[in-house]
Amino acid sequence: MKKRKGEDEPWAPEPEVMAETTDIEGRWRDLDRLLLRPGILVGPGFEPGIDTRDMIRNDCRVLVIGAGGLGCELLKDLALTGFGNLEVIDMDTIDVSNLNRQFLFRMRDVGQPKAKIAAERVMERVKGVNVVPHYCRIEDKDSSFFDQFQIIVLGLDSLEARSYINAVVCGFLEYEPDGSPILTTIKPMVDGGTEGFKGHARVIIPGMTPCFQCSMWLFPPQVTFPLCTLAETPRSPAHCIEFVHLIQWGQDRTGETFDPDNPEHMKWIYEQAAKRAEQYSISGVTYSLTQGVVKNIIPAIASTNAIVAATCALETLKIATMCSKGMEVFMQYTGTDGVYMRTFQNEKDPNCIVCSAGVPVEVEATTTLQKFIDVLLKDSRFKNKISKPSVSLQGENLYMQAPPILEEETRPNLLRPLRTLMGGEGGILNINDKRLKGILRVQVIFKTTDVDMDTAGGG
Amino acid sequence: MIKLFSVKQKQKEAAESANGRAPVKKQSPGELRVQKDISELNLAKTTSISFPNGKDNLLNFEITIRPDEGYYQGGTFVFTFQISQVYPHEAPKVKCKTKVYHPNIDLEGNVCLNILREDWNPVLSVNSIIYGLQYLFLDPNPDDPLNHEAAEVLRENPRQFENNVRRSMAGGYVGGNHFPRCI
Ligand SMILES: [Zn+2]
Repeated sequence: MKKRKGEDEPWAPEPEVMAETTDIEGRWRDLDRLLLRPGILVGPGFEPGIDTRDMIRNDCRVLVIGAGGLGCELLKDLALTGFGNLEVIDMDTIDVSNLNRQFLFRMRDVGQPKAKIAAERVMERVKGVNVVPHYCRIEDKDSSFFDQFQIIVLGLDSLEARSYINAVVCGFLEYEPDGSPILTTIKPMVDGGTEGFKGHARVIIPGMTPCFQCSMWLFPPQVTFPLCTLAETPRSPAHCIEFVHLIQWGQDRTGETFDPDNPEHMKWIYEQAAKRAEQYSISGVTYSLTQGVVKNIIPAIASTNAIVAATCALETLKIATMCSKGMEVFMQYTGTDGVYMRTFQNEKDPNCIVCSAGVPVEVEATTTLQKFIDVLLKDSRFKNKISKPSVSLQGENLYMQAPPILEEETRPNLLRPLRTLMGGEGGILNINDKRLKGILRVQVIFKTTDVDMDTAGGG
Repeated sequence: MIKLFSVKQKQKEAAESANGRAPVKKQSPGELRVQKDISELNLAKTTSISFPNGKDNLLNFEITIRPDEGYYQGGTFVFTFQISQVYPHEAPKVKCKTKVYHPNIDLEGNVCLNILREDWNPVLSVNSIIYGLQYLFLDPNPDDPLNHEAAEVLRENPRQFENNVRRSMAGGYVGGNHFPRCI
């Protein structure tokens, strides 16, 4: 069968097509099949029609975090799906070793910021899409940056970065007094991850589905070897590498901080590990294994990235348009067992330290911290659960029962009113107590009294 | 699942609401959990804690141990703790700041304690590690050596080991290595 030009090969380099102002014929055919017709599998509130297509084209803003192996796939998939306003954030520059799978990059791009090049390439290839790059760390952006987006898609390889974004995004979430999440404060995330032939995709709707923290246990802990084994009885190439990395570096290069991104440092680790391996008649120490062990990297597989990113892009489309019910809620892919995928629904942790509602407690804004603690101790909901509570507001320790030096330092706060300690709006306080297994989140609500109103309005 | 935004919703709304919100640095799960650990610390009289970066940075602190029995009685040993943002998923990084002649602590301050590495488990806490460190001074273990020479002396000749420990703590040389005074 003869294919119509451009229809099935939107990636074919045909500059004359790119230069045209109208869409490639058939550009919206598949999307329109999903968005223009009603159906029995659609999600709640789905509104079939051209407005929905225009919405993802013009109004819906999606942030992609990471422009690496997954990020390249995600940007390409989201752009081709029809999302018109994308932004991408990545702090890395392009390395020659990325080129085999991070297909938006070319040899001449080595050394350039990934976010910048990825954005340029996607805009060159997919007409009508705007991609704004951010070449920086995610920590460099404040929460108002993340709040601009309707959906945030994660293509990250680190637990720390996921955990950070999760805390930021769950921080937008607010609950009604009855404990139900306020819909306008929910910012959905779609998280992809790959490790060799294994991958996952999941949908995080804060307040409704488990957040990253609720299901931290899904991530296996990092493999660590006993230090004395490394020092005394190495048995594998990884043991030799870890010895040089953790112990020999400090002995031979005193005062120098090891930097895994410094090629000279990595080469030194590799050479010393190879020597050590020879002493113990161990074979298999290579430069790439050294990088893998030190940076805890498992080789990336392009097809895993493609499968996971495609799943993430589709879920993003579903969340934005409700053209289909969303995935519930976690998909695992294991490429080593054939093309095996399964989804399962795990539970939200009702006491999650990041996304749970917090128990509402209503007090006057003038209540001192000591009085507030007394209120908690008298509250029947916390009976037998707390006896000597410590109170923190985000990173600020308002009152610590232990150790003595912190108790002494925070004691003056007991006489200060909550309004002074936490501002006039109230908010979430974290309560720690030996009797509690986890952290108790208390949502402080200030009573509004006529007197307060008068003082506030007067003047 | 629920429908989160309507077709008519424009990005402007989101941008406007963003402007009204003050940027807040989010507290990481590691910080939250270490807050709990620290608020429940139960330190023995031989142990103290200090926070070089102030009361609101609990991710970095120092533990000082002054054993009141055993080979190391009378010495003062300082350990630095570095807690990761994803603690307790990952164990704290602990180093001994005081140069010590000890079979399970090397001269760079690396500590061989199982719960710091292969046996770490998220139900453990800062308290458990401090107990572990105290135990290392009461009962140094020659079978899991990081300082090979010290382990050998302890195994072969405990009296010699005791002398070496005393000499090192008083600020002397053992096996060609100088140890600063820590008594
Ligand atoms: Zn959660």
